[in-house]
Amino acid sequence: MRSIIKDGQVVTDSWAVLRPDENGKLPEVAPERDVIVPFSAWKAEPSAWQNRAGQVAVWLAPDDEPGELAAHLASFPLLAVDFPAFTDGRGYSIGRLLRERYHYRGELRALGDVWQDLVHYLWQVGFNSFEIKEGKALEDALKGFGTFSERYHSTWREPEPLFRRRNINHKSVA
Amino acid sequence: MYRYDEVDYRIVRERVAQFRDQTRRFLAGELSEDEFRPLRLMNGLYIQRHAPMFRIAIPYGHLASRQLRKLAHIARTYDKGYGHFTTRQNMQFNWPALERVPDILSELADVEMHSIQTSGNCVRNTTTDAFAGVAADELIDPRPYCEIIRQWSTLHPEFAFLPRKFKIAVSGSVEDRAATLVHDVGLHVVRAADGEIGFKVIVGGGLGRTPIVGEVIREFLPTRHILTYLDAILRVYNRYGRRDNKFKARIKILVKALTPQGFAAKVEDEWLHLKDGAATLRDEDVAHYASFFGAPAYETLPPNPEAFTARLAEERAFARWVEQNTRTHRQPGYRSVVLSLKKTGVPPGDITAEQMEAVADWSERFGFGEVRVAHEQNVILPDIKESDLYEVWQLARSQGFATPNIGLLTDIICCPGGDFCSLANARSIPVAEAIQRKFDDLDYLHDLGEIDCNFSGCMNACGHHHIGNIGILGVDKNGEEWYQITLGGSQGNHTAIGKVIGPSFAQADVPLAFEKIMSLYVEQRLDGERFIETVRRIGLEPFKERVYAKHH
Repeated sequence: MRSIIKDGQVVTDSWAVLRPDENGKLPEVAPERDVIVPFSAWKAEPSAWQNRAGQVAVWLAPDDEPGELAAHLASFPLLAVDFPAFTDGRGYSIGRLLRERYHYRGELRALGDVWQDLVHYLWQVGFNSFEIKEGKALEDALKGFGTFSERYHSTWREPEPLFRRRNINHKSVA
Repeated sequence: MYRYDEVDYRIVRERVAQFRDQTRRFLAGELSEDEFRPLRLMNGLYIQRHAPMFRIAIPYGHLASRQLRKLAHIARTYDKGYGHFTTRQNMQFNWPALERVPDILSELADVEMHSIQTSGNCVRNTTTDAFAGVAADELIDPRPYCEIIRQWSTLHPEFAFLPRKFKIAVSGSVEDRAATLVHDVGLHVVRAADGEIGFKVIVGGGLGRTPIVGEVIREFLPTRHILTYLDAILRVYNRYGRRDNKFKARIKILVKALTPQGFAAKVEDEWLHLKDGAATLRDEDVAHYASFFGAPAYETLPPNPEAFTARLAEERAFARWVEQNTRTHRQPGYRSVVLSLKKTGVPPGDITAEQMEAVADWSERFGFGEVRVAHEQNVILPDIKESDLYEVWQLARSQGFATPNIGLLTDIICCPGGDFCSLANARSIPVAEAIQRKFDDLDYLHDLGEIDCNFSGCMNACGHHHIGNIGILGVDKNGEEWYQITLGGSQGNHTAIGKVIGPSFAQADVPLAFEKIMSLYVEQRLDGERFIETVRRIGLEPFKERVYAKHH
């Protein structure tokens, strides 16, 4: 059991993230354990994973196509996106696509190089749980959510962009 | 000008607090160098040759006089008493201490300024025509759209970590003065047959290592769709742009790889899902932003008042300055004045704290307290009465701003080069100065006419050398500084990438090569033909022969 951040709280979590070793092999885990498996591994044999005693979720790599999951979203209690380096921003688009285009409503978790200065953006695009990078304090990461109290854009959290929420009383300009 | 409301202030203040905390954690060892670097870059902070280099955003080149005074104060308090205007219409300081940058940011926030996204792999400062709002050939004022894009791009959560930097330019006039064809995205205004106004969307232009003129991916985008369409472009780039090689990571490489048609199809497909969404601009939204850019309280004046025309007739130096350094205005009786930051002996784009304060004073005394920064690294007083021009000229002379060289060979666009920048292969400032000295005869300079000369100290092309009619690129040859010359580049509606004329030159030989090129032009030009037109007509070969001919 380890701690993660979920919906702004530190909680203990029992999901095991399975990552392939250098030979591409996934670690063995007890069948009753809840696991988050690579999308590629799940795609190869979805029914085998689905028939385990424990729950199964998948994690997407930055170059995975979230649209391929569209038909199966209802069957997952959790989806995760991996950030192998925090400077790789592809996962932010994946988050928005899962939420906005494919209407995924379950838990969406950010894995990998995830810490204080990133959680605010991740929350905006739809992530609601965060496995914080080893060596970084969860309490520090929690502070990241409060960095900005307002934002300009249309996001999954706040679809109305600021310009539509501003109290605009100007007469139209010729 | 746009004015912050409570929310804009709050966001900028929160950004300052965030960066103060990031800097503290870095200095305390809680953030590694690899973690801090992208964070500080997104706040315009580089670690450079002498000290950090700190870049402040001047959104679309607009400055109020109080903001310019604040920059003067910062130059004096935190730096060595001067700053440098860049080709992205921003200001750079070369000597601030890392620990004090949060304090500078806090001072900037007081006057509605920041350094958000002035560097890093994110959407940079949006640029536009420095004459926006006053140009005679304007179809629409691009500034409301620039501000809308500025807000959209500021801390956009989906696009904070792009494959590479991303630059957007907007042009609202017939003649493109915003270099929209050499930006990651260029938006150039068009009027449809039914009178509707929209933008032509150009993608994948850029200079740097792989100079490419952009491709039109949509001939007409109604203005209300700009944000959803930008979201679609950025998403395609964010997801599919190369991240394995930073030299192949700009959007232009993706556009080439997919072909412009293939890229456009992907964007259109993405846009289908975003079109008409919440980020679509309503008329009242555009009107809200446009309300900040209404015309100032111009007086009704006769054009060409006698006091002005009499001075023009009397003083040749004044007449020359008016001809070269002022621009026609859409309001009768007014002109825009370009203050030249290209005086020989001063690094192009540099300005001292005293000069900044003088410009701020003049903008209030003679204009409406507004100043513009041109991407050519000059400063513009947009609204000056013709009857005040003589006095403004004398004041400009007293501050070294009146060199009548705007648009001429010595109005060199130039990066800071190897004197300051750790990326540069070669120094640019002393070579630019040597060229300016070579062409210090004003009669000859004016006779040569309009020539864009652009100078970059390395292939990152901050000085936009590819689009100079004559361009110079600093190259490294076995640890020595050499200079390559290109001819035939141009910006605007006929944007073209210049071609290298041959082997590079030692520093001392550059002015001589320029002299030979210009002498050939003078011999070959047809009546009224500009330099670039002669180059296009006769080609590079005669220039090569002249420049590389063996001595007799």
